[in-house]
Amino acid sequence: MNESEAHSLLAIADDELILGWRDSEWTGIAPLLEEDVAFSSIAQNEIGHARALYELLARERGITADELAFDRSPEEYRCSRLVELRLLDWEKTVARQYLYEQADAKRLEQLMQSDDPELAGLAAKIDREEAYHRMHAQMWFERLKDEPRFTAALEELRPLLDADRDEHSPELSELWDEMTMVRRSQPAGTAW
Amino acid sequence: MIYEVFRQERKGQPFQHAGSVEAPDHAFADVYAREQYGRRGESQALWVVPREAIIEIDEFVDELNRNYHRVDGYSLKDKLRRARERVGSALVARDS
Repeated sequence: MNESEAHSLLAIADDELILGWRDSEWTGIAPLLEEDVAFSSIAQNEIGHARALYELLARERGITADELAFDRSPEEYRCSRLVELRLLDWEKTVARQYLYEQADAKRLEQLMQSDDPELAGLAAKIDREEAYHRMHAQMWFERLKDEPRFTAALEELRPLLDADRDEHSPELSELWDEMTMVRRSQPAGTAW
Repeated sequence: MIYEVFRQERKGQPFQHAGSVEAPDHAFADVYAREQYGRRGESQALWVVPREAIIEIDEFVDELNRNYHRVDGYSLKDKLRRARERVGSALVARDS
C-alpha cells in the first residue's frame, strides 16, 4: 500500500465509522419498522467496513484497529463534513445517504483497481455490501425526488462532500466525546 | 401493504414461506425482502407477493366423504407390510 492509498483509506475508514454511528441514531425511531431494521443493518455494515479498513491500516503502523479508531483527537479524523452532521430530519438523512453512496461507489471503484491484492480484495468485498446500500438509497431517491424538502436537502448537503477534510464541525467533537467516553474512562493500556 | 416472502434455499428446491414485510410499494418490498431474507446467503431466490394477490382457501366441503378421490384414500402401508411379511416368510421357508 502506498502513501496516498493509506491516506485515502483512512478517510474512508473515518467516513464509514462516523456515518455508521450517525445512522445508528435512527435505530428504534425510523419512520417504518422495516426501515428501522434495514437502516440499522446499514449502520452496522458501515462500522464493519470501518473496522476492516482500520485493521489493514493499523497493521502497517504496528498498532491496533481500536487505537486507530478511537485514540486520535477529533481534529485528526479525516472524515467528510457530510457524515458528521446530526441530521434528525428523515429527508436529510436520506439525502445524505444518497450523496454518500454515490461518492463512495466512485472511490471503491478506484480501490478495487489497486495493485495491492489485499486492498483490492477488501474493496471488492465492501462494494458487494455497499450494493445493497445503493439499492436502498436509490429506492428512497425515487420516492422522494419530487419532494421540495428532499431536493433542497440534496442541494444543501452536496457541497459538504467536497469540503476540506481537515476542517470539522463541532458536531464531530460532540460525537467523539460520546464515542470514546467509555474507552477514555479507563486507565491507558486497559485490556478490553 | 403487507408482502409475503417465500424463499428458495437451494436451486431446484421448492419455495417455502419465510415471513412477511410491510412496505409502501413494490420497490420498498424488494429492498426490505432482500434485507431480511436474502442478503446473508440464506436464499437462492425470493418470491415477494402482495398479500392481496394470494387466494386463500381454508374451507373444504366434503359432504359425501368421498375420500377415495384423495391420494391418501388408498393407503398402501398395510398392503405393503402384509406383502413384505408374505415374501419374508416365503424366503425363510425356501432357505430352511
